[in-house]
Amino acid sequence: MPPDHNLADYVDAPTAHRHGGPLRVGLGGPVGSGKTALAAALCRTLGAEYDLAVVTNDIYTTEDADFLRRNAVLPDDRIEAVQTGCCPHTAIRDDITANLDAVELLEARHPGLELVFVESGGDNLTASFSYGLVDVQVFVVDVAGGDKVPRKGGPGVTASDLLVVNKTDLAPLVGADLDVMRRDSATVRGDRPTLLISLREDPAATEVAAWVREQVRVRRLQQG
Amino acid sequence: MTAALLTLADSRLPAGGHTHSGGVEQAIAAGHVHDPASLAAFLLRRLTTAGAVTAGLAAAATTRSSSGRHRGHVPSPGARSPAGSSSGEPPAPASSELVAALRHLDGEADARTPSPALRAASRQQGRGLVRVGRRAWPSPVWDALPAAPHHPVALGVAAAAGGLTPRDAAAAAAYLSVSGPATAAQRLLALDPLTVAAVTARLAPAIDAVADDALRDGLPADTDPLLDLLAEVHATRGDRFFAS
Repeated sequence: MPPDHNLADYVDAPTAHRHGGPLRVGLGGPVGSGKTALAAALCRTLGAEYDLAVVTNDIYTTEDADFLRRNAVLPDDRIEAVQTGCCPHTAIRDDITANLDAVELLEARHPGLELVFVESGGDNLTASFSYGLVDVQVFVVDVAGGDKVPRKGGPGVTASDLLVVNKTDLAPLVGADLDVMRRDSATVRGDRPTLLISLREDPAATEVAAWVREQVRVRRLQQG
Repeated sequence: MTAALLTLADSRLPAGGHTHSGGVEQAIAAGHVHDPASLAAFLLRRLTTAGAVTAGLAAAATTRSSSGRHRGHVPSPGARSPAGSSSGEPPAPASSELVAALRHLDGEADARTPSPALRAASRQQGRGLVRVGRRAWPSPVWDALPAAPHHPVALGVAAAAGGLTPRDAAAAAAYLSVSGPATAAQRLLALDPLTVAAVTARLAPAIDAVADDALRDGLPADTDPLLDLLAEVHATRGDRFFAS
């Protein structure tokens, strides 16, 4: 670097917290892995504890938002759907403008908001959220996608704050070995947690909800 | 021209542009755009109508924001300050004159955008550009803008804050009026990206001509009823990829 250049002129001073608003939790993962079902389960389980809202990123329609509304998981004014211009991973990582608009709209509408779930459109194993958009992210894969998915890795599997392996009830039907998935996840993820769940058997998503509660608690401590 | 123009017109600038198709999604649905030739015709038509209007508004916003003591304050890495920056002095607050001038331009943009869907799309993109522009080129001129200004007005302010000229702002507006829709068409029709790049590249003289015209006295007021109608129909659809 030339001697007359100062890095502080190029980079904004880091702040302890991006904002004082709600905890933002990203829910990502491949098509059909159960992102919307998990969002619905978390809203049902946590809706009475926290002031919460959801942003959906459907690829083509407002189907996910409609699903949440139909199931009366949340009132209409707590669900916002954004269009992603044929590029769901761009909208959650490379240019998060539409999602920030939606989150800020929900924050303005509900000043006491404590928790926002941002559900990505179904994408591939390389899709992950920008930490400019979310504070923590959950990546959802399912057993029916094959027990080799954790081994294949990708940013969602390896670097997400929580990996959820859904549909464990299907393991015997599709010939998936849950021990292999558990072991491979631990190998590629190091200390980051993995939960193997079945939303069919536990519609309350008990373990995932407990993880979210812990994230809210930690954030409150950090905010003082 | 400075390198700031390249950043401002870069499709990867995270200002939300990638979620808008500039009408091309509905033009494809209606059968108007279906191959590279029909895409080129659509882009040329858009450039000389909506593009010309946004170029004029952007240039005017840069002129207003750069005048007098409100000249854009350019962040100056290192000891060497770029010409035009008020090094050592705190940036002057946005004056009420500038607030009024930009509000007037915002109204002019409203008057030139009969479609409510297009007005909403323009303000949505303006808000996105303000968000990233404030971070990229800190300046008091941003405070003179309303919360969600029309995109060309925000673009003109961004140009001023980045130390660019009105002609630069006009060029960026004209270029952006075709680059976004070209990419959208490429995605929706699975066109050969090399073909689409060539179409966009060959529009350069037409883009330059629109940018030159934008500097003449008086704001352009070209309209294209087809774009307005496409936007209104598009906004009613539940099955769209793009916000506009």
